[in-house]
Amino acid sequence: MPQLNILKTYKIFIGGAFPRTESGRYYKVTDAKNNLLANACLSSRKDFRNAVVAARKAFEGWSKKTHFNRGQILYRMAEMLEGRRSQFKEEIMAQGSTPLQAEKEIQLSIERCVYYSGWCDKYSALYSSVNPVASAHFNFSVPEPMGVVSVIAPEDSSLLGLLSVILPVIAGGNVCVVLASETKPLCSITFAEVLATSDLPAGVVNILTGKSKELHTHFSNHMDVNAVIYCRDNQAEQKTIEENASINVKRSFCWHKDWSSNEHQNPYLIMDLQEIKTTWHPIESIGIGGAKY
Amino acid sequence: MRKNNVTIKKTAVKSGTWQYAPAPESTDHIEIKQQYELFINGKFVKPNSKKYFDTINPATEKKISSVAQANTKDIDLAVKAAKNAYDNVWSKMPGAERAKYIYRIARLMQERAREFAVIESMDGGKPIRESRDIDIPLACNHFFYYAGWADKLAYAFPNRKPSSLGVAAQIIPWNFPLLMAAWKIAPALATGNTVVLKPAESTPLTALKLAEIIQASGLPDGVVNIVTGYGDAGAALVHHPLVNKIAFTGSTPVGKYIQHAIAGTSKKATLELGGKAAHIIFEDAPIDQAVEGIVNGIFFNQGHVCCAGSRLFVQENIAALVIKKLKRRMDTLIVGDPLDKNTDIGAINSKEQFNTIQQYIKLGIAEGAEMYQPSCELPAQGLFCKPTLFLHTSQSHRIVQEEIFGPVLSIQTFRTIEEVIEKANNIPYGLSAGVWTDKGSKIFNLTTQLRAGVIWANTYNKFDPSSPFGGYKESGFGREGGIHGLASYVKFEG
Repeated sequence: MPQLNILKTYKIFIGGAFPRTESGRYYKVTDAKNNLLANACLSSRKDFRNAVVAARKAFEGWSKKTHFNRGQILYRMAEMLEGRRSQFKEEIMAQGSTPLQAEKEIQLSIERCVYYSGWCDKYSALYSSVNPVASAHFNFSVPEPMGVVSVIAPEDSSLLGLLSVILPVIAGGNVCVVLASETKPLCSITFAEVLATSDLPAGVVNILTGKSKELHTHFSNHMDVNAVIYCRDNQAEQKTIEENASINVKRSFCWHKDWSSNEHQNPYLIMDLQEIKTTWHPIESIGIGGAKY
Repeated sequence: MRKNNVTIKKTAVKSGTWQYAPAPESTDHIEIKQQYELFINGKFVKPNSKKYFDTINPATEKKISSVAQANTKDIDLAVKAAKNAYDNVWSKMPGAERAKYIYRIARLMQERAREFAVIESMDGGKPIRESRDIDIPLACNHFFYYAGWADKLAYAFPNRKPSSLGVAAQIIPWNFPLLMAAWKIAPALATGNTVVLKPAESTPLTALKLAEIIQASGLPDGVVNIVTGYGDAGAALVHHPLVNKIAFTGSTPVGKYIQHAIAGTSKKATLELGGKAAHIIFEDAPIDQAVEGIVNGIFFNQGHVCCAGSRLFVQENIAALVIKKLKRRMDTLIVGDPLDKNTDIGAINSKEQFNTIQQYIKLGIAEGAEMYQPSCELPAQGLFCKPTLFLHTSQSHRIVQEEIFGPVLSIQTFRTIEEVIEKANNIPYGLSAGVWTDKGSKIFNLTTQLRAGVIWANTYNKFDPSSPFGGYKESGFGREGGIHGLASYVKFEG
């Protein structure tokens, strides 16, 4: 007699825990042949707001971790991904990819983690400056994370697309609330399990499943969100997001790109989510002349 | 001799125990036309609106000149001139050639610096000491600084090819009229964009003088267009389909309007908006220097400064001493004729702003704060406001939360570092902050935790073309100045 498989319940990821949506709603995730793959959480505005609270709480600690430590944690994510290759492969194939495509997507995902891990303690040096002001002051500018970032992740790329937009956000010390692909949400929750075992502090990344149609307004009009990133091609949604962003002068970005090659991985994405802070301090009496830097 | 003595006696400013003789800057050498036109496509042209508005000297409330009022049609002509100049001339010109024009503008400005300073003080009310020593030199230096970038842009963006955006619409405020024009125009030109600039309606003159210099410099027609007018002209610029970039300095509500207006378009924006800076004095600060810093922080340019240190936080155990010294210093401030070289606080920029400030002062009293103003005499005519202090304020007071944009300082006390950081950051703005302490490690603790774009430690209100300026949160986004200021005006190919 064949033994019954234990099916996985796909929940959402908020503050390091895996709750169901508070709304109790779900939607069916199916494969190309309309077979049921999972009942995914249809996240609500309340879920989003809870996630923002968790993210804000995590920002203090994550932004103050050393850049080196952030790099180690992102590298740990690559390690944890590596160990779950087969699980991701099954999910990606269930969502319609060929085995070869699935393998390539996983390989690139792991490599992207390693890539951004390496940037964690380098982008700051590259984009900082000591400014030669014409007075007796030491003056320097450094990037600092913006804060809480809401992200509507790519629709068509379940794992790689999700990773490609989360990594530059958190590599720079930001925290995020992410809406996963609506039609391909399986990998996002399995990826959350990777995050939960990668020493990433709870709340740094929060992942919801559901519909952009319902949630894009809330993702963009929340007053405690500092930046919003939209990665899909619905122009009406994008316009609403950009309009709502003005409510609290949110920074808004459209990252609708093809993530399937390395062409769009770069530190400029990290810098999109950075503020430049400039600090001045006088230099003690220096006699003749101006500044020394 | 006798005549001079009489004059001195009549107008000498009594200030503390010192008597200052009037030291007015001469206005003989400056040229102001009776009427100014719009600067479009290299020529001064009459406005389609056929309307002109008066620009007023706030120190006398008398008219200085008539200025053309641009309407939608004029804005359209200016944008089309900029677009044409971009497509046919400026975007094709090598960076090194662009640089030569920008250097030339810088030099022409330097040659006429004193004239600019006098007109700036007449039109806007700021003390001649500030326009002469700060506004005008910094404006010239900004052109000089960015000129040098024009042929070196690739070095600023590792592994990327930067290219220009197109037509930049630039809308600037009345508090630093020429300086803001320079902050906007210089980086835009260096990066290969063309410009339509709209100065503020209450301070258009130095931008129009700059237009004369630009014309004299031989800059190709249409590369810079300067159109004067009201908010409707600014709105027309923001909405114009041929505009690729908006650079705005002004209030947060207008900044939000602009961000909303360009949603769903490919227009890029830089917003430099309001502020309500925390200025923090610790018990181990050099107190006399800190008091000078406080005065410079809030009374510089009559407090018409987006980064003004308008929320003072003093550690509790030195509060009595600091307040005593601050009051004594305020008693010596000279409020009066902007053109007098002794003047510390000039005229309030416009009647409208004067009324706003008066309303906030009334509000502060109504909210239960204790007001202090020195007993200095104000000129009989013109828009002047005494330097004003509010004691016993708290975070919930509107005079603590809202940007007043005048010489009004609110004071709170604090006990611990954690408390003051929390209070300093607990506001929608995040443009600037100041901190005074003798301890280096404490400075960096503060400067890394304050959520603001510019932090002055043991100094305040310093600016430089090489130093990026701009805010966090609702103080706007993008930077102006320095290497980071270039990013606001380029895109990457591919």
